Amino acid sequence: MTVMEQRGAYRPTPPPAWQPRTDPAPLLPDALPHRVLGTEAAAKTDPELLRRLYSHLVRGRRYNAQATALTKQGRLAVYPSSTGQEACEVAAALVLEERDWLFPSYRDTLAAVARGVDPVEALTLLRGDWHTGYDPYAHRVAPLSTPLATQLPHAVGLAHAARLKGDDVVALAMVGDGGTSEGDFHEALNFAAVWQAPVVFLVQNNGFAISVPLAKQTAAPTLAHKAVGYGMPGRLVDGNDAAAVHEVLAEAVRRAREGGGPTLVEAVTYRIDAHTNADDATRYRGEDEVAAWRDHDPILLLERELTERELLDEDAIQAAREDAETMAADLRARMNQDPVLDPMELFAHVYAQPTTQLLEQRAQLQAELDAEAAGPEGAGR
Amino acid sequence: MTTVALKPATMAQAITRALRDALAADPSVHVLGEDVGALGGVFRITDGLAAEFGEDRCTDTPLAEAGILGTAVGMAMYGLRPVVEMQFDAFAYPAFEQVVSHVSRMRNRTRGAMPLPITIRVPYGGGIGGVEHHSDSSEAYYMATPGLHVVTPATVADAYGLLRAAIASDDPVVFLEPKRLYWSKDAWNPEEPEAVAPLGRAVVRRPGRSATLITYGPSVPVCLEAAEAARAEGWDLEVVDLRSLVPFDDETVTASVRRTGRAVVVHESTGFGGPGGEIAARVTERCFHYLEAPVLRVAGFDIPYPPPMLERHHLPGVDRILDAVGRLQWEAEN
Repeated sequence: MTVMEQRGAYRPTPPPAWQPRTDPAPLLPDALPHRVLGTEAAAKTDPELLRRLYSHLVRGRRYNAQATALTKQGRLAVYPSSTGQEACEVAAALVLEERDWLFPSYRDTLAAVARGVDPVEALTLLRGDWHTGYDPYAHRVAPLSTPLATQLPHAVGLAHAARLKGDDVVALAMVGDGGTSEGDFHEALNFAAVWQAPVVFLVQNNGFAISVPLAKQTAAPTLAHKAVGYGMPGRLVDGNDAAAVHEVLAEAVRRAREGGGPTLVEAVTYRIDAHTNADDATRYRGEDEVAAWRDHDPILLLERELTERELLDEDAIQAAREDAETMAADLRARMNQDPVLDPMELFAHVYAQPTTQLLEQRAQLQAELDAEAAGPEGAGR
Repeated sequence: MTTVALKPATMAQAITRALRDALAADPSVHVLGEDVGALGGVFRITDGLAAEFGEDRCTDTPLAEAGILGTAVGMAMYGLRPVVEMQFDAFAYPAFEQVVSHVSRMRNRTRGAMPLPITIRVPYGGGIGGVEHHSDSSEAYYMATPGLHVVTPATVADAYGLLRAAIASDDPVVFLEPKRLYWSKDAWNPEEPEAVAPLGRAVVRRPGRSATLITYGPSVPVCLEAAEAARAEGWDLEVVDLRSLVPFDDETVTASVRRTGRAVVVHESTGFGGPGGEIAARVTERCFHYLEAPVLRVAGFDIPYPPPMLERHHLPGVDRILDAVGRLQWEAEN
């Protein structure tokens, strides 16, 4: 018997007719990003929601400007601005119920603030006096995650745990276009779909991962298409259309809450500012591209819709701007105060109880500080 | 005082029992990992748990270690107490980013607001004839990461007691299971398991006067065997089983070495950058004036873990340990 004949002899009987587990067609995103503003659908949107989104966008834009200014004054170590992406940041926060959880990345301090986190506490990480400045349980906002996409499996685990406990809780996790290349993105989406966890993944595709454009990041038709491979629906939305982002996210949240499982939402937007204040965007993109996106500004789009439909007058616009100025002035004033630092706190939270070794090291630092306070003479040397 | 009938039990049985008792005692305990359900794990450690507690409490996950630990972080954030199984030492590396960037830091990052009571079970070490990626001693990586407890049992009773303590801990614990000792037996009564062993405490496994062998996990039985063999040479060796690498029990180790005046650190992990360097430094800093000789290390060679047919040359054995003891600058009368 030849090797080939042998192979044939051991060939198993053909399996039953193979079928896909899920019909992929309903999972596919629309060909073009979903839009509401400037379309007939806008008339069906609750005017109160639109006005609420508008005031949050104006505040958000001012917050971004103020935080950027604080880097120039040396009050923030670094600030990754979400200017131009305010519609995504704000909609992600407003779409959730109080009992839900938000999982932001480092660019999403605005989403945390829109959910109720004190801006000073949201910016603590970037000021550098501690890592997470807020109690995550106070507003159910997970710590800002710096390692890309690593917070996504946390959102899945939390949502899964809530469902195991019988709680009606949805987790919304934020990530950028660059983050979709990370392994944790893949693992989180796969776990979420297998467990049918009540999670919404919001990808803000802002065009760049620092300097690397999307074309060098993925060969997928859209990032929303990635959902299909996991067996969850992918939705494509205009990320600068606050009403559309809110609508798509609200639908995904509702679906998750009703036991329908996770959704991947790709919001197409643009990072108007550089990656951070330390970045130079002129090295990798032209001003004409930025200008085109400025014409598609989220505040501009919403303001146009509201004023054309006479849902917003000059007074209301002025009131929104004044409210934003008040927020900025308060933020500026509080950020201009030096934070109170306690070096002893370095040892306080590493473990539930500090180890013997940490107690020794704390004593060492305390002795150094005492000597420093006593000055050269007090040190007795 | 009643006498308890002691029956022989394996370390594997004791670990299974600890998981079962923890699941029964606390509804927030959840076991998750690859093949931990119907199969009971590749080492059968979770045997019967899914059947007894249901698949929601003992869950077969997708094959993705970062995903397993990453979702466990989220579960812990929501008040659960996940116990994750990494199938083998070297298969735990994909989860390393979650270990270093989140598991170890979350309590500190949030000023204590968000502790993560997660137990990461990792079968580790060699000596079982495993092919590549199945025999690593990865403890040094975890030891170098502040915020983690790193624990490893060497006896059946400790396997039970330390795992119960690990699961009960509000801090993350890397629980390293010496897979070569899974089938080792001790007299232990599974009906009346010993009290929960404290984390962070070493134990003198064998008292002696001549020198201290400082060791842990799979090397403990080897050191006890070496101590027996050393009697023929006239050496009465003390064996300290660290049990916890983090936190490190300086007190027990220091007391022992001050008594004996000589020390050898023994482990399978590589010597360069391995735990032995840290331990030798700590001993020297604390016992310098008591020492009759430099602290020596018997460790795995500084090579990638060898193929199974060559591993016996790599692993610290009785002869290599006795050689090291012989180099502890004995006076002529020894």
